Amino acid sequence: MDPVVLFFLLGLVARIAKSDLRLPEAMYDALAVYLLLAIGLKGGVQLAQQPLATVLPQAAAAIALGAAIPLLAFPVLRSAGRLGRADAASIAAHYGSVSVVTFAVASSFLAAQAIAAESHMPLIVALMEAPGIVVGIVLARAGGAQRIAWGALAHEVIFGKSVLLLLGGLAIGTVVGPEGIKPIAPLFTDLFKGVLALFLLEMGLVAGGRIGDLKRAGPFLVAFGLGAPLVLGALGALVGHVVGLSTGGCTLLATLAASASYIAAPTAMRIAVPEANPALSIGVSLGVTFPFNIFVGIPVYLQFARWIGGS
Amino acid sequence: MQTHAKKLLVIIGEAALEKNLIRDARSFGAHGYTISDVRGGGERGDREARWEADRSIEMKVVCDALVAEQLAQHVLASYAPNYALSLFTTDVGVFRPAKF
Repeated sequence: MDPVVLFFLLGLVARIAKSDLRLPEAMYDALAVYLLLAIGLKGGVQLAQQPLATVLPQAAAAIALGAAIPLLAFPVLRSAGRLGRADAASIAAHYGSVSVVTFAVASSFLAAQAIAAESHMPLIVALMEAPGIVVGIVLARAGGAQRIAWGALAHEVIFGKSVLLLLGGLAIGTVVGPEGIKPIAPLFTDLFKGVLALFLLEMGLVAGGRIGDLKRAGPFLVAFGLGAPLVLGALGALVGHVVGLSTGGCTLLATLAASASYIAAPTAMRIAVPEANPALSIGVSLGVTFPFNIFVGIPVYLQFARWIGGS
Repeated sequence: MQTHAKKLLVIIGEAALEKNLIRDARSFGAHGYTISDVRGGGERGDREARWEADRSIEMKVVCDALVAEQLAQHVLASYAPNYALSLFTTDVGVFRPAKF
């Protein structure tokens, strides 16, 4: 088993056992900044060498996939889950957006299995952050009189740290190229896995703290948190195959489709749809789907990618 | 040393509200504010400040009584229905009244 997964488990156990373990808040921030930049830089270094004709259709498909996911999730949450419009839209937006850390764990899983993936996948991550959030907000506000402050929201999403650092890292990596990156590679490349492990320890502590939310959320949302990633992961793998991604790329796109955001989406939805109960959306995305993807989902998505690719 | 009577309004709320609260404080005529990151708990659970969506802030505004009242009314009406929020006010004495 990948050691980073065990770090997550350690955090989860510590939290459930009510340990006093607590990473300093500033450390969480620093680790998050590092991971986002490192993922962006790594993708950027390779991006310049990719033909635009290959990247563009895949990027467009990823954006469309991110926007489509809330449209699929919303009616299920409304009808089967009997959730109100705001809560259903907010949860749908969390699943439409993506979890960068789940992506990082999937990349690390593929690297450990020596399965290559397209190097421009970090660009796909950055592009998939926002569309699901925008569609979720539109779903929440559809038919309502309340106006949406698109300007403030666009600023929040585009200049929020996840998209800013991913795109910033991609830009810096593209500009400096493989030679230029060498002086900072010991920090941003060699240490990546260790930092990811530390971050997952903290994520285990955070996810363990959401278990109380699940009792309030009820059995439907727990089932949704386990079922939605499998369905969306299969869809992601299929879309990846159609636009010509490799088995590794399909696995990563499946992981992105199956993952739920817990950085960009909660912040954006809190501002744009304040009447939605964040305990539900965060409880299901962080308390159910995130651990499910880390422990079970990622190897399953690789299997999906292999089946669909016929290998 | 002589002091001048002002109000201290303390707003404890979700970090997501920070930009709105600053904008509101300025627009209601407050000359300044101080914000710190805090953690705590209430009837609906704990806010432990472990990650982005779990953060809380404490905003202190020293201002005239009228500004404090109008700002508090606005904050309560706009955010209290949907956000974790606590407000309180107290009398304070300041040394440089023009600053507030």
